[in-house]
This record gives sequence, structure tokens and C-alpha cells, in this order.
Amino acid sequence: MKYLDEFRDPVLAHRLVQEIRRIATRRWTIMEVCGGQTHSLLRHGIEEELRDVVELMHGPGCPVCVTPSESIDFACGLALDPRVIVTSFGDMLRVPGIRGSLQQAAARGGSVRPVYCPADAVTLAQRNPDRQVVFFAVGFETTTPATALAVLQARELGLANFTLLVAHVRVQPAMESLASDPTCRVEGFLAAGHVCTVAGCESYEPFVARYRMPVVVTGFEPLDLLQGVLECVQQLEAGRPAVSNQYARSVRAAGNRAAQQIVDQVFEICDRPWRGLGVVRDGGLRLREEWRVSDAEQRFGPCAPASECEIECRSGEVLTGRIKPHECPHFGTRCTPDSPLGAPMVSSEGVCAAYFRYRPPAPLQVTGSGR
Amino acid sequence: MNGSLHCPSGGDDQERVLLAHGEGGRLSRRLIRDRIAGRLANPFLSSLADAAILPPLAGRPVFTTDSFVVTPLFFPGGDIGTLAVYGTVNDLAVSGARPMWLSLSLILEEGLPLATLDRVLSSIAAASQRCGVAIVTGDTKVVPRGTADQLFINTTGVGELLEPAPAGPQTLEPGDVLLASGPIGRHGVAVLAAREALGFDPPPVSDCAPLWDAVHALRTGGIRCRALRDATRGGVAAVLHEWATANPVTLEIDESRLPITDDVRGVCELLGLDPLLVACEGTMVAAVPADYAEAALSALRQVPESAAAAIIGRVTAPRSTRVVVRRLLGRLQPLDEPAGAPLPRIC
Amino acid sequence: MCLGIPGKIIRWTNRDPILAQAEIEFGGVRRTCQMACVPDAVEGDYVIVHAGVAISRIDRAEAARTLAELARLAEDDGWRGEDSP
Repeated sequence: MKYLDEFRDPVLAHRLVQEIRRIATRRWTIMEVCGGQTHSLLRHGIEEELRDVVELMHGPGCPVCVTPSESIDFACGLALDPRVIVTSFGDMLRVPGIRGSLQQAAARGGSVRPVYCPADAVTLAQRNPDRQVVFFAVGFETTTPATALAVLQARELGLANFTLLVAHVRVQPAMESLASDPTCRVEGFLAAGHVCTVAGCESYEPFVARYRMPVVVTGFEPLDLLQGVLECVQQLEAGRPAVSNQYARSVRAAGNRAAQQIVDQVFEICDRPWRGLGVVRDGGLRLREEWRVSDAEQRFGPCAPASECEIECRSGEVLTGRIKPHECPHFGTRCTPDSPLGAPMVSSEGVCAAYFRYRPPAPLQVTGSGR
Repeated sequence: MNGSLHCPSGGDDQERVLLAHGEGGRLSRRLIRDRIAGRLANPFLSSLADAAILPPLAGRPVFTTDSFVVTPLFFPGGDIGTLAVYGTVNDLAVSGARPMWLSLSLILEEGLPLATLDRVLSSIAAASQRCGVAIVTGDTKVVPRGTADQLFINTTGVGELLEPAPAGPQTLEPGDVLLASGPIGRHGVAVLAAREALGFDPPPVSDCAPLWDAVHALRTGGIRCRALRDATRGGVAAVLHEWATANPVTLEIDESRLPITDDVRGVCELLGLDPLLVACEGTMVAAVPADYAEAALSALRQVPESAAAAIIGRVTAPRSTRVVVRRLLGRLQPLDEPAGAPLPRIC
Repeated sequence: MCLGIPGKIIRWTNRDPILAQAEIEFGGVRRTCQMACVPDAVEGDYVIVHAGVAISRIDRAEAARTLAELARLAEDDGWRGEDSP
């Protein structure tokens, strides 16, 4: 497939690895922000390939993992209401709140439907005029245009039975909160290519000026990631941090204006709790005043704040890069994808699940690459 | 997810399954005689006795059973009826048995349109004819509306073992070669796309097909097979994990050699699925000693159902990870054991 | 997160600012995607699609530039072909 296969070339990948090795004079600590990047790094074994010159820390970039458990519990409650159909992305259905996951709510008789895109949720509302369809809207800046469009389309179609349970979050404030933490060991960031596709990368200029760390906007294919790491290491070695755009085929400095306008019509910035991180200032979005009628919390009563906390799960430390998943005492023992203690082990994009899948507890012996 | 058995009130003149169809009276008898036995006619079935009395077999009898539930009932490339025949036939075939006879049990939901039942029965008749198996006994029950999702099927199969049969996964040895009999992941992608109405054009088509001819080709080609397994739920990954628990070896797959159709590739990229974990219904994994690998490949390629067979990996001495895949950059990475059906993801 | 895949625009099917749609090809299949965020894209362009919505039009020149940079790196010291894996 064009624009995928070219960026998976093994020969070029090996050359990039060699080049990173050649220029690194010490081991650098770099955080890739996005869960999709984490998966690609682990799936292709890039993390291990670079281990002696780069420590890759995995950032909080899995929206499903940072969705607060109280929102999940609220969604489960709605699913059990016979008037309601709850719908969300497939990966959201398996993540447990405190009182279980949407999948478990479905097993108890709740109406839960996975969708590939928010527009499908609008179609579902059209086809079920006698039911309230609630779209559980999770995701970063990449996904907000899709949700905003769904809201606009539902109005265009005159649908009164389509509402949102909003759990949208914004990446850059979370990066700020990590970077400003004095215990943060991260020396450079690979920013999330698809988030920047929508939001742009200009806004990282003040970030770089403030924290003196490279920010390299990076794509998702193996060559993208390796080139992003190379650029980041070059900047670190030269001591000249800057904003740099590896993923220029998709990311413009100002982002996608059309998408931003669609989002701005519907949403406004707010403080929002992130699971494992606490409330992040300006870290999320909510519906604007004039769209509150489309807010499931307005229609069905507000979502109750969490009453219990998950003391055993150390996902907060994992999501902020303080510990690696396998450094958690429960990893692979009490906490596995089949019986998770926390969200990062459940979601297919969660960093703990990725570690479990691609890097099981015992080290893997690797033979030479020839057959 | 739920079956769509909406009965729009009024204006529905379709003939439907009634509870009485399962209660043993005249309606039951007519249903079985006209719709079922009529389509599946063979000397064993036509007596409609309580049990079929079958002739002796030359080889050892091989016996298997499977139940079939699928939403939607009809999908591109097949339906629940073809699945119910090929699924059981393939379980016999990969055991090294020539499929001979099937039983057919139907559990029908009250209200199922009789036209739907007819369509499924026609598929069953065509599929069993294609594999040369006879449906020799059966049963039909009707359950109240809402207690089943339209139609469930169980088939039980008897086959005749042709010696020498595949020795079994416990005989896998380092150096053995792994083959796939065709492109992987087609059934899972086809059903997911149809069930979730994902709107792909052309709609992905299931690989639903019988495997006996492919197995037989290996046999007549003189290939010594260590193990054969149809890669159904959980896909190729599930087969490999099952084999890896039977024997202390590591199974190594080469991602760049996997046969994958362009539509499965596109759908898997778009939905974030790994084709190794997606179900097939007419594709098997074969393990053969290295000396037989090329011969096995050419034998399989003679048969329409396995014309796109490919070598996909090999068996090695045991390592700490028992199922690994050489990803595109050349590194060996663990291959996860499937956990639940794949769902489209955004992230 | 944010799975986004490049696909080729085959045909615009709706030009409404909100309901804009086009048929996009991914490998061997096509699917209708929302186009409101890429109003200037034309047939034959590639777009990145996330959750059914095209979020950007791929800049061919930039893609070629990235690949050229990588090719240059590979050619340095005649590395390619010498001990390729």
C-alpha cells in the first residue's frame, strides 16, 4: 500500500539504526507520546534494537487508557437503561471502570454497540428513533474532528436522540505536566504525528523554549520512528533543541484549519481528569454552551466523581514514564490482559498490554536475521 | 450484535417457523420431510428412522462434532449452512480422515422466516454434495422467540482414517517447515465487515471451503505430514500456540512470506488488526519435514482450494518464547495468543 | 493511538461542507469516508483517514523529500547492498 510500504523498508531501517548508533555519544532518554507509536516500536522490535543508545519511555498517548473510570462506570450505567444504546470504539469496550467494562455491561443485558467511526453512531440513531443513542467520545485531537462532525451531522439530520458522553483529552497540556515535573527524566519528545496533523506543531515552539527539549513530530511507520529518533538524538548531541517535523507529508505547521474550525464550533477547552494522572489543566474538551443539549451528562444526570481509587495499579507512574510496565510488581503476575488491574493492560494500545504482547517477562533470545 | 429479527408489525405475510414446527406433530413432520429430507436426499436419511445404520469402514472411524453460531447468517462467500458442513468436514480432513457422514441438528428461533431456513438448507445440500458427504441423521428443535439468535446448527461427522495419518503436533521437530494452504484472515474480515456494516467495496469474501482435496493431495503426493490444522477462530496464531504447547519447540513465522489478499491487507491496516489473529474457514496450517516442503507446496498448489499455498515459517529448537514472528525489519518478536474476537480500534 | 491510514481518493460523492464524502481506496477495498476536513483534496490524492474521517491530504513532495533523505543516508559509504540482511 502506497505511503505505508515505502516506510517499512528493512534495509533503510537498518541503516537508520546504524546511523543513530554512530552519532550517539551516550544513552539518551526519549519519550514517544503516542500509543500507536509505542505499538509500532515494540511490534517491530525497534526498542530492543536501540536499547544501548536510546531509552524509549512510553508516554500517556492512549486515550482509552486515560479515560477516567467514573466515565466508564457512567457509560455502563447508561447501557443498562433500556431507553439507551451506548456506542463507542472497539477498544473502549474492554476497559474496566470500577464497576466493570462496557462489554460486561452488555453481558448483563445492556445495549452496547462498537462502531468504527462516530458517523456510524449517527446512523444508529437514525435507525433507532425510539432509543437514545449515546456516543462515548474518547480520543485525542486526532479524533475530535470526527466527533464534532457527528454532532453537526446529527443536527443537520434533525436527530434529537443522539448525545455524547465526552471524554476527549488534549495531548500538549499533558506533555507540559510531564515536562514540568522535576522528577521527569525525559530529554526529548517524539510528538504524535496524527495529533499534530490536526492541531499543528507551531504550539510546541514555546514548549521547546521553556523546557529546552527537542520535540520531533513523528509518524507511525518504522522508518518514520527511526528517523524521528535520529533527528532527536542529533539535536541532543548538538545541544540545540528545536521543533522539527519528521512527518511533513501529513503535518503542516498550523495543522488542519478546516478540522480545527469544525472542532471549535462544537467544543471548548476545559480541565479534565486523566486516569492515572489526575486533573490536567486545559487537558480536555467539553461541549460548548449551545451544544449542551447534545450532552449525555445533561440529559441523563451528571457523571458521579470516582469514590474509590485504584491503589494497586501503578498506571499513573507507567503513563508518566516513571516506571516501565515490567517494573510494576504486578506485571505479568496478577495483572495480565485476561485479568487486568488497570487500563493500560486492557486496551490494545495500552503500554502494559503492548509490553505483555511483544516483550513477555522472560527475555527473548534473538538469532541472526538471515534464514 | 443482536440478530435482526425485527418483525415490522402488520404487512408481514412471510411464512415463519412456529413453535409447533418443533413439537413432533404434522407441522414437524412436514418441515422435516419437505424442507430438510427432500433437499438432502440419500438412502440413509430417506427412511427417517431414529438412527442411521451405516456400513462398516475399511479404516479406523474418526468422529468429531462442532456447533455453529454466526451473525450475520449470510455473508459474502458463505453462510451458516456452508460453515456447518465445511467446519466439520475440515476437522475430519486435517485429522487425515476422508469425510463420510454428517448429522445435522437445527435449533430454530420461533419466527424465523421459512425462506431463510430454505436458503440455509440449500447451502447445506450444495456444500455436502461438493465434499461428497451424506447427511444421514438429524434433529430439529424450535425455541421461543428471543431465546436463540435465529438459527443454530450442530453437525457431527464420521470419517475413515487413511493411513498413514498426520503424526500430530507432538512429533514436530526443529527444521520442519510450516505452510499455509492459502491467504489468511479472509473469513474473520468478511464476517466482521458484514456484521458491523463497515461498508467496504467490494465486500471482503470468506475463504469458507472444504480442505479434504488439499489434504488428499498431500497424501497422494507422498508427503509425510507432521501436523495439519485448520486455522479457524484465533487464526494462524491460535494453531501455532496450540502446537507449541504440545511439544517443546519454537514455531517461527516470517511475516513477509504470509499470503494475504489485498482486501484483507487493506481492512486489517484500516482497523488495526493483525491478520495472523483473524479467522479462516478454508485454510490450514501444515507442518512437514524440510525435505518434503517443496513437494508439499507443489502438491497443494494443484488443488483449487489451496492454489495460493505458501511456506510461512519453520520449527526451531525451543527458545524462551514459543511462537515468534519475524517482523518486516527482520527481528523476531513474540506472537500473542489470541484473546477474544478482534474488534476495530481507533487507537 | 490515533490509527490513521493513507488511502487514495477515487471519487467525491458529496460536496456539502458538513456531509462531504468520498470513496477512498485502501489496498484492495474502498470505503466511503468523511471529507469535511480536506475540502481541497482532489481525486487521485492520498488522504490520511482516522475513524472514518480524512484528517489530511498527503503532501507528495514532502513524502518524496523524506524518502530521498533516507535514500541519501543509505547511499553514504555505499552501504546498501553490502551487508543487507
